[in-house]
Amino acid sequence: MAKTSMNDLRIPLRLGLIAGGISLGLSAIGMVALFGQRELVTNVLTLGEVILLAAPLLLAYMSARQAPEAKAISAILYGLITGIVAALPLVALIVAASTLDLRQFLPNVSPALIELLTFNQGVIAGSLILTGVFAATGVLAAIAYNLPDQIRSPLSSGLLWTLTIGLFSEILSNRLRAFFGSGINQILFDGKALNPFAALALFIVITVIAAFWGRRKETVQEQISSLPPARQRNLRLASIAAGVVLLLILPLILGTYLSEVINNVGIFALMGLGLNIVVGFAGLLDLGYVAFFAIGAYSMAVFTSNGSLGISDLTFWSALPFCVAISAFFGLMLGLPVLRMRGDYLAIVTLGFGEIIRILALSDMLKPVIGGAQGILQIPKPPFFGTSLVQPEQLYYVILAGCLLAAFVSWRLSESRLGRQWMAMREDEDVAEAMGITLVSTKLLAFSIGAAFSGLSGAIFASKLTSIFPHSFNLLISINVLSLIIVGGMGSLPGVVVGALILVGLPELLREFAEYRLLMYGALLIVMMLMKPEGFWPSAVRRRELRSDEDDFTEAGALANEAGD
Amino acid sequence: MAMLEVHDVHAYYGNIHALKGISITVEEGEIVTLIGANGAGKSTTLKTISGLLKPRQGHVHLNGEDLAPFSAHEVVYKGVSMVPEGRGVFSRLTVSENLDMGAFHRSDRGGISADMERVFDLFPRLEERRTQVAGTLSGGEQQMLATARALMARPSLLLMDEPSMGLAPVLVESVFDTIVDINKEGTTVLLVEQNAHMALQIASRGYVLQTGEIVLKDSAEGLRENPTVQKAYLGID
Repeated sequence: MAKTSMNDLRIPLRLGLIAGGISLGLSAIGMVALFGQRELVTNVLTLGEVILLAAPLLLAYMSARQAPEAKAISAILYGLITGIVAALPLVALIVAASTLDLRQFLPNVSPALIELLTFNQGVIAGSLILTGVFAATGVLAAIAYNLPDQIRSPLSSGLLWTLTIGLFSEILSNRLRAFFGSGINQILFDGKALNPFAALALFIVITVIAAFWGRRKETVQEQISSLPPARQRNLRLASIAAGVVLLLILPLILGTYLSEVINNVGIFALMGLGLNIVVGFAGLLDLGYVAFFAIGAYSMAVFTSNGSLGISDLTFWSALPFCVAISAFFGLMLGLPVLRMRGDYLAIVTLGFGEIIRILALSDMLKPVIGGAQGILQIPKPPFFGTSLVQPEQLYYVILAGCLLAAFVSWRLSESRLGRQWMAMREDEDVAEAMGITLVSTKLLAFSIGAAFSGLSGAIFASKLTSIFPHSFNLLISINVLSLIIVGGMGSLPGVVVGALILVGLPELLREFAEYRLLMYGALLIVMMLMKPEGFWPSAVRRRELRSDEDDFTEAGALANEAGD
Repeated sequence: MAMLEVHDVHAYYGNIHALKGISITVEEGEIVTLIGANGAGKSTTLKTISGLLKPRQGHVHLNGEDLAPFSAHEVVYKGVSMVPEGRGVFSRLTVSENLDMGAFHRSDRGGISADMERVFDLFPRLEERRTQVAGTLSGGEQQMLATARALMARPSLLLMDEPSMGLAPVLVESVFDTIVDINKEGTTVLLVEQNAHMALQIASRGYVLQTGEIVLKDSAEGLRENPTVQKAYLGID
């Protein structure tokens, strides 16, 4: 300790200020107060406190990592300083709010926020408690850094899982009640949050399981790889079969609300699979991808609607091939004019195309055909042997079939000659051409196959909602789909599903925080680009490009699994 | 009849008149070199032959057939393969994936794997690194890979654009040795080089380009002895 000069202390001071700045920012824009209304553990912990403490925890950990000596004490000192410094901006906020009327220009600095920050103890005592809590957080982070990995990683997974279960208490308790009656439910949950004792028990159980698994993982993997090949294949087939069964009974487990969520995820995953061909495989940046979704949806609407705009008596199933073909045709039509464009220029033109389709849908010119701003109503749900698929649990199977088909086609294409043509073109168009690859047909095929998937998704979407309006097809959908590919991992099929779960499923479950949705999107994308540019579940080629160390993959898989649950 | 006949070709980049009436002939089995300074039009000439750039005037004949109606990827089918300038390997793919791409238009699996062995004989270094990502190879290895990939198309005419660029002198020598080996196996080579000294040692004939025109053509020996060439390109006073 004596050896740490003032010079060295700049690291914890700087990291502490960054952490304090983040916590201050989250408080000032109202996130902490709003999230504070959601309890994770009854009367103990709210989501607001979690996001308030997240930055000091992470940055104190980083600062402990940079502590000069290998001794634990200097790391703890660094963590302590980081924690205390991180509290200072918030203390300043508390003091300022008690003396000035900050709400004139910071409307979110509400009495509720100040109460939360001071733990309801008044300005002076509250500031001290807050500083103490931050300091303790910093020290805890530093201690965690000094723990051996076998202890730290089970502890952190125990913590993360417990918090996640707490966050989704309401949904989970709902499902538990449906299956096991209210007995087990009352033990775990008090109303909308985890019971404190249950939280502690869960934390311990998960930590023990994680520790046990962490120790046994390698031996189990070795055992599996030492099995004879025939047994290994059986094992793989069995796990695939288990996965298929799980997919088939999923709506029964999830219930109506979660099935609806998963259906939205599926609609976006299907679009994502299509855009993945265009952007991930062929490297053509398409920002107007929503256009094909709209074309698929409008085709389905016009073909099947029972309202005044319907033009035929086709059912969902017989209209579906036409919708897909029409979308593929428009994909080709977009492809033709942009054949010679690359990179940014291509992105701008496709962006324009997306807007043109949306504005055409809104326009008076096409109003007699597709209804203008009033949209098209009375689209029937998909019929099925005399009944029609009305419930989300039933529609789930239509969407699942679409996704599986698209995933299978994508997977086969990626291994085919065409897949390699796309890969070569993505790497370098000129060299690809010099290798004997026909750029024209390669590009057009990418555009139209991608458009076909999106059209399929749109057609199902129209039938699912039973009415469609132009404002459902705005630019944000294109951006959403592109983001989910980036978050999941460009060019990776499981990545698309993971991305859709994170970017479509999570916001759906956290609806009460919808006003911060885009902010969190942005933050997630920035963090992704800095920490994990290859995505949560990257394809082999991308991983090779962006990471040299191979062991990262297991970590990515684990993260993806967590996100999937 | 010459294998390749470029007759009075004019080519443009937008309004820039890059080639002002180039005529070149290459006989089967030869190594012919185009030498000249930066911006003389050497690479442009190769692009015009391979179909990446269309001449506005003049014609390119391969074995008597006019290449004008064919686009770049079809010219590859005709047996003309190019090693692009600055190597142009697919840097995110592995060595063997790059080689597979070279044989893209072929469907004879047996022949492809035989050729793969052949190029590994020529470049043992690549065999050691067949699963490595091309972007992590050294400059010399990338040049080897680009050349090997072009050979995978089993070309009758190989166009090479500055294979010595950015390589250490000792590597330059081995690259040129390989070019001679490739030529001995029956592939005709048209070689664009700034390193005139090396190029004129392995070539049988050469052309000197200056600002889009051919100012000299002669046997390699003749060019080596030519005082203008010695002064301008070989650094001999």
